[in-house]
Amino acid sequence: MPLPWILVFFPWAGAVVLALLPPRFGVGRFVNIGVGAGSLGIALALLGHPHGEQGWTRVDALNLPLVVVAALVGLTTAVFSAATLDAERFDHLRVRAYHAAFQLFMGAQFLALLSDNLGVMWVAIEIATLASVLIVGIHGTPAAVEAAWKFFVLCGVGIALALFGTILLYLAAQPVVGSGDPGLSWAALRAVAARCDPGLLSLAFVFLLVGYGTKAGLVPLHSWLPDAEAEGPLPICAVLSGLLLNAALLAILRGATIVGANPAALPPGPFLIGFGLLSLLLAAASLWRRRDARRLFAWSSIEHVGLATLAFGIGGAVANLAGILHLLGHSLVKSAVFFAVGAAAQIKGSQKVADIGGLAASHPVLGWGLALGIAGLAGMPPFALFVSELQLVAAAAALSPWLIVPLGLGLVVAAAALIRALQLLCLGAPTRDNPVPGAFALPGGLLWATGPVWLHLALAALLAFAAPAAFVALLREGARILA
Amino acid sequence: MGTPAYDIAHLLGGGMLLVSFVLLYQRRIGAVINAFALQGALLAAAAAWQGYVQDAPGLYLTAAIAFAAKAVAIPLALRFLVGHLGLSRGVETPAGIGASLLAAIGLVGLSVMVVLPVTAGTATPVARVDLTIALSVVLLGMLAMIARRNAISQVIGLLSLENGLILGAVGVAGMPLVVELSTAALVFVLAIVAVVVVFQIRDSLDTLDTSILDRERGD
Repeated sequence: MPLPWILVFFPWAGAVVLALLPPRFGVGRFVNIGVGAGSLGIALALLGHPHGEQGWTRVDALNLPLVVVAALVGLTTAVFSAATLDAERFDHLRVRAYHAAFQLFMGAQFLALLSDNLGVMWVAIEIATLASVLIVGIHGTPAAVEAAWKFFVLCGVGIALALFGTILLYLAAQPVVGSGDPGLSWAALRAVAARCDPGLLSLAFVFLLVGYGTKAGLVPLHSWLPDAEAEGPLPICAVLSGLLLNAALLAILRGATIVGANPAALPPGPFLIGFGLLSLLLAAASLWRRRDARRLFAWSSIEHVGLATLAFGIGGAVANLAGILHLLGHSLVKSAVFFAVGAAAQIKGSQKVADIGGLAASHPVLGWGLALGIAGLAGMPPFALFVSELQLVAAAAALSPWLIVPLGLGLVVAAAALIRALQLLCLGAPTRDNPVPGAFALPGGLLWATGPVWLHLALAALLAFAAPAAFVALLREGARILA
Repeated sequence: MGTPAYDIAHLLGGGMLLVSFVLLYQRRIGAVINAFALQGALLAAAAAWQGYVQDAPGLYLTAAIAFAAKAVAIPLALRFLVGHLGLSRGVETPAGIGASLLAAIGLVGLSVMVVLPVTAGTATPVARVDLTIALSVVLLGMLAMIARRNAISQVIGLLSLENGLILGAVGVAGMPLVVELSTAALVFVLAIVAVVVVFQIRDSLDTLDTSILDRERGD
């Protein structure tokens, strides 16, 4: 079996084991961590794998960095989840369902990133959706059920439209590639796109953009995201924001590169720029009104997906590189922030911004980690988002000076809102602790949260200023694939 | 044009589109479920017919699965749900029936105007008409989801939308993975039905009005 397939089936095998595991205290969470560590090992081994296709999957410079970051976030999320599990107050059945759904999600996430066949990619994103709906609604409270229902119905419509787009894409390519598997292969479609019917390609792109755009949380198709992030179990935020959005955006980009290869078809760039700017501006404005900390950072995810989409819309070597770097940096920093906010919510017994205050004074390691993470999200150095936003602004200025106005406005408004949140959450007088029973009861206490937070922050800083030359070369090659 | 292959495909697809209109104007939940079952049966027939015309045995499997799930199992489950919970049999239509039918006609016109011109040069006539009808059924399913407020009707809208997708997929000759894709799509909608059934029975809500859920939205 090719290595990429092992990366998909390993977490799925783990999911089966976790679902069947007898409900003994504390075993499931450690098996979950083990599966996460194994996946990361396979993902790292994949870095040395020759690029190319293996049937329905492909390994290339575009998806490899995303796969490695996904595996890393999957592992740290499993670690964080082990310490917060008791405070979620699941019964035995729910613990098993939660762990199994988590690894089902991870396998589907890897498959979505690695697939070359667009039909397989669609199925993978659908499985990831099902698994995450299960996790979001697992508490069964009215708010959780509403969040899960909204997620389910909106994403159901979204992926239905994406399937229609996939069918149209095949219909466009059919006269050239004939019937059979090549008709849905990204590599094959891209090679023949210039000879396909431009009208059908354009129509297909519109459906793919709207369909997968729902999953990527692009405005105006974003409304499920803040609810899902606020009501699900704490660790799900990290993987929803950090990983699922990347997979959906990659699906859009794969579609865009096919359509963009035909000069007579609708150019994807302006559409991506439009969706990106709209997401950025609405999210930047919405960041000001949030009282719930998890919703606040869910809106920040919408902002950052918007920025990445904008970068890919501008296109060219610099902007594409900025887009990839932005996705990677966002995955790392955002999941760090969600770990810190989740830990704070369990310590303070509430996820309202007003109830979490002065964290830097009361819990310095956690509080300063959160402060640095929020600063990173606001685009401050020394993290990857600072570099990518700088490159993005430069590329936007080179394309059209007018683009700078909305882009700059969005960046400044969002950064100011985040800095205000930083002051409220981390600085000032500490609020009273009111720990949820069972929170961080494992030996090591808060280290289970602060460890992942600081690891992610360190990697995000490394990515910005001291990334290994081979990794930078990989990112540049990925950007060339998109160009 | 005018070959039996084309005419029968056209007839079955047209029947599905007609049922989409029925879904929009029925006021009673039982009638909506019946109409959905009919649409499932028509979809199964259309898939089987395409299997015969394209000589693609895999499509018979798609047809059999579609019939078992959409014409029999899902309608029975929804009926059980309505009967078991003693739900009110009426369906709230905030948008108004006349307005939604007018919107539906507009959407069909839109899909004709979108699909026919772009497929003029490339696709076969069967695929063109199938795709037009498929897009119409998809759009009408979305309209049904918007125009109805109760959860069962919204689910039926989504299921009907998915019927349109499968119709589109089976109409495109030589589409790879069509059986896999249609099965995967079915798993998704089955999961949605399962969520409704499980969650509603467990919490024994006596209304499925999703507008009640909106109150739970936080900030």
